[in-house]
Amino acid sequence: MSALHEPVMTPITSVNGDDLPTPLRRRLLIEANCVTLCYGQHTAFRDITLPIEENSITALVGPSGCGKSSFLSCLNRLTDLYKQCKVTGSILFDGDDILRPNVDVLNLRRRVGLIFQKPNPLPLSIRENLTLPLREHGHGNTAELNRKVESVLVDVGLWDEVRDRLDSPALALSGGQQQRLCIARAIALEPDVLLLDEPCSALDPISSGVVEDRIASLRDRYTIVIVTHNLAQARRIADTTALLWVRDGAGHLVEYAPTREFFESPQQEITAAYIQGARG
Amino acid sequence: MAKGRWNRWRDAIVAVTTWTAAILVAVVFVWLLADIVIGGIAKLSWTFLTEAPRDAGRAGGIAPILVSTALILAVCMVASVPLSLATAILLAEFTPADGIFGRVVRRSLDVLAGVPSIVFGLFGYAFFCNTLGLGFSILSGGLTLACMVLPLLIRTTEEGMRSLSDDYRRAAAALGMTRTTTIFKVLLPAALPSLIVGLILSIGRASAETAALIFTSGYVDRMPSSLWDSGRAITVHILDLAINVPGGTENAYATALVLVMALLIINSVASWLGQRWLRRSIVR
Repeated sequence: MSALHEPVMTPITSVNGDDLPTPLRRRLLIEANCVTLCYGQHTAFRDITLPIEENSITALVGPSGCGKSSFLSCLNRLTDLYKQCKVTGSILFDGDDILRPNVDVLNLRRRVGLIFQKPNPLPLSIRENLTLPLREHGHGNTAELNRKVESVLVDVGLWDEVRDRLDSPALALSGGQQQRLCIARAIALEPDVLLLDEPCSALDPISSGVVEDRIASLRDRYTIVIVTHNLAQARRIADTTALLWVRDGAGHLVEYAPTREFFESPQQEITAAYIQGARG
Repeated sequence: MAKGRWNRWRDAIVAVTTWTAAILVAVVFVWLLADIVIGGIAKLSWTFLTEAPRDAGRAGGIAPILVSTALILAVCMVASVPLSLATAILLAEFTPADGIFGRVVRRSLDVLAGVPSIVFGLFGYAFFCNTLGLGFSILSGGLTLACMVLPLLIRTTEEGMRSLSDDYRRAAAALGMTRTTTIFKVLLPAALPSLIVGLILSIGRASAETAALIFTSGYVDRMPSSLWDSGRAITVHILDLAINVPGGTENAYATALVLVMALLIINSVASWLGQRWLRRSIVR
């Protein structure tokens, strides 16, 4: 174990990465080392090495096709769903390499929740959307499930809107409500990490604002990795920001820094051009 | 200007042709239905449904025939539904759409669907009646029908499951749910409307079947006492009255009317159930 794995004793004194000095203060929960992902002959991204701090928000930004979303799906092995998809390198999660073949993938996905760009509630009732995954992971007690349903819906600010119609179809909710339900569904499983793949991009500005506030409010309890096209959003909520870019047809990591440094004193020309809107 | 006139003419011709064709089809259907209703309504009564046939079917009712038909259909469904569900799940969820195995199974099913029913009848007679020793029985008839409707049930179920959005599968996988739970708690319920359509089509096909049943479930018009008894299906009864029994025409009409009404009822109830289920889980 390297020193980076040691829990950090210094209390966290800031949000938004404003006062975060380098070296990093928080414990590293995820360490991606030289991760490369290929779909058949095509390389989506190459040699990405990225540490992710515990209980913070890490934003991945960059132009379309630079492998941000693909990188997210490596972190909970959703890449397994695609037969031709091959991931190499190592991703340490809590010290264990989750790319090993004999990892308990179902449990990994419980601990590392993924929220998709397009809200995707299951074609069930609002309540069942929350209870079905919980039952799957061994929570059977109805009273306990009901308490859980209420508490996670409160967490995402949906409780007052749906308390009277928990048994109506989840697909009847508005887009923003559906997305918050999806977040509630993921946090009901008490994960350590939430991966968010452009969670606001399919929503109207008002719903998007509501969802963003909810994400920001979860920062102290979960390690959040968010892919976003919206630089202002990354700047508002992320503690650290990473820029991915396409080079030689495959994505790679350009710069990774506390959000404030990333935006105020970028080290790479490409980053500077990107945040000024000259590129990407 | 001539061109404009020709274009108007062309539109008119197309309109008249399509309308004529559509009206012709509707007329044939209404005529057929009216003929059956007019010919059969006089004989139709509660006693017709509850009495046994007398005088080779010229008099009396069709109670044993209804019971036999229901039993044959029940055997057919009990045998075919689980088999086709399992096959459809395998084809839709565990084999790639363009894989060799899937292609071979699908092609065989398509061939099977095109086989004339009389061939199924002969196969049923040779295999179920003789080889398995079930004789002329409701069991043989039902199992033969099951073979016949399998392709239909499997393909509709498979199509229904394939047409579901991959979002559901990804969402369930990302929540760490097993494939079994995903299939039985999420995908099958969502595909239920197409399962019901497949079921209606199969029941329709099975209850309209005559040729495959003459050789397998037989001719006997007595009330069956078990599945090993021979039983006369409703279509066989109609055929028999119409062809072999002089003076049986009226009862043949009445029996046909019962069959058509039963199919209409099954059809509407099933689609009503399907709609209700759909509204409960998905709002479009």
